[in-house]
Amino acid sequence: MAKDNTLFTYLLRLADDHLILSQRLGEWTGRAPTLEEDLALTNIALDLIGQARSLYSYAGAVEGQGRDEDQLAFTRPERDYLNALIVEQPNGDFAHTIVRQFFIAAFMVPFWREMEKSDDEQLAAIAAKASKEVAYHLRHTAEWVVRLGDGTEESHQRMVEALEGLIIYTGELFENDAIAKAAIAGGYGVDTEALRDEWRQTVVQVLGEATLELPNAGYMQKGGRDGVHTEHLGHILSELQYMQRAYPGLTW
Amino acid sequence: MAEVVDMKTGHDAAIRARAWDAAACVPDPEIPMVTVADLGILRSVETDADGRILARVTPTYSGCPATQLIEQMVLEALQQAGFEDARVESVLSPAWTTDWISDEGKEKLRQFGIAPPEKTSNSKRALFGETIVNCPRCGSSETERVSEFGSTPCKALHRCTACKEPFDYFKCL
Repeated sequence: MAKDNTLFTYLLRLADDHLILSQRLGEWTGRAPTLEEDLALTNIALDLIGQARSLYSYAGAVEGQGRDEDQLAFTRPERDYLNALIVEQPNGDFAHTIVRQFFIAAFMVPFWREMEKSDDEQLAAIAAKASKEVAYHLRHTAEWVVRLGDGTEESHQRMVEALEGLIIYTGELFENDAIAKAAIAGGYGVDTEALRDEWRQTVVQVLGEATLELPNAGYMQKGGRDGVHTEHLGHILSELQYMQRAYPGLTW
Repeated sequence: MAEVVDMKTGHDAAIRARAWDAAACVPDPEIPMVTVADLGILRSVETDADGRILARVTPTYSGCPATQLIEQMVLEALQQAGFEDARVESVLSPAWTTDWISDEGKEKLRQFGIAPPEKTSNSKRALFGETIVNCPRCGSSETERVSEFGSTPCKALHRCTACKEPFDYFKCL
């Protein structure tokens, strides 16, 4: 595969991760347990959408077919979305939202830090900004993990269920498939397999404070990177894409 | 409308200085008591190969909704100063840091009731780290964080336990 094609796919995967997760968090707007948390979740969503925009714009430029950030974000069919499955998982209760965000933030912190060393100047620049932002996401969600895990019997139990429900989607984040390997060989991609231990260490440390344990996952679900999704993505897209489908080419 | 600046006759450094002054006055749309220059958002004002003015701005946060508005406002300020064919470009690297906020900018923030950011220094934010933030009203260090995320991406919510006032903290980045 030509470098540009690989880079385009690599960027699209990352951009889709951020867009879909941002959309999920946005569903909490006006519904979070407290006003401060409403602001926090939407602030995190805003960071993610900003990162997604940078990535889509760059992907569009790399592709060279004249597609801009909006067209890439809003007009592709479900099978063309390449996000990891974890980001499309439903918000569920607050424990599910927090565990999902915590798992991802604990991954994104080392991921963007390593990406700052990318040979690709644009990716390195996006990473330098994102690194600073995800540090806040990790700290914020880690505090909630402790508060809920070491909280009441009810909150603890819900955290246990969220951990058990979401652990099977974490494996996909660390997999180096052919595209990822080509990106690493090309000098611009991050070797995510090498981040697994660090992720585990962060997660286990925080869960320890929270009187929780990381469940053992015998089996890891995957497919998102190849466009094979859980039933949830289609529902997200029906909302996300509504305006562009109803009024093609609409701009603000 | 000011007179149109003739790039061919004017002295280059003087033109750039004038363009900088015009762009630097643009207020931040969210926190209008500080300018884009105070915040370090305006990175440079140069003349390009064709003699056109090129202003470079950088976003504070990737998703800051004010970024596009700021670019537009800087462009308009340059045009009103006579640089009709000026351009504004957004640059991501090096990434903006609160260390670029000028001392004057920090003082203006404080006077407006927003605690200015501490120096980011080289210390990595620990997982459960807390920063001591002084109350912008009474100066007390007896403050507590209410939420890491506030009314805009760049601010956190704090509360002073001495004077009982809630306040925004411009968080370190």
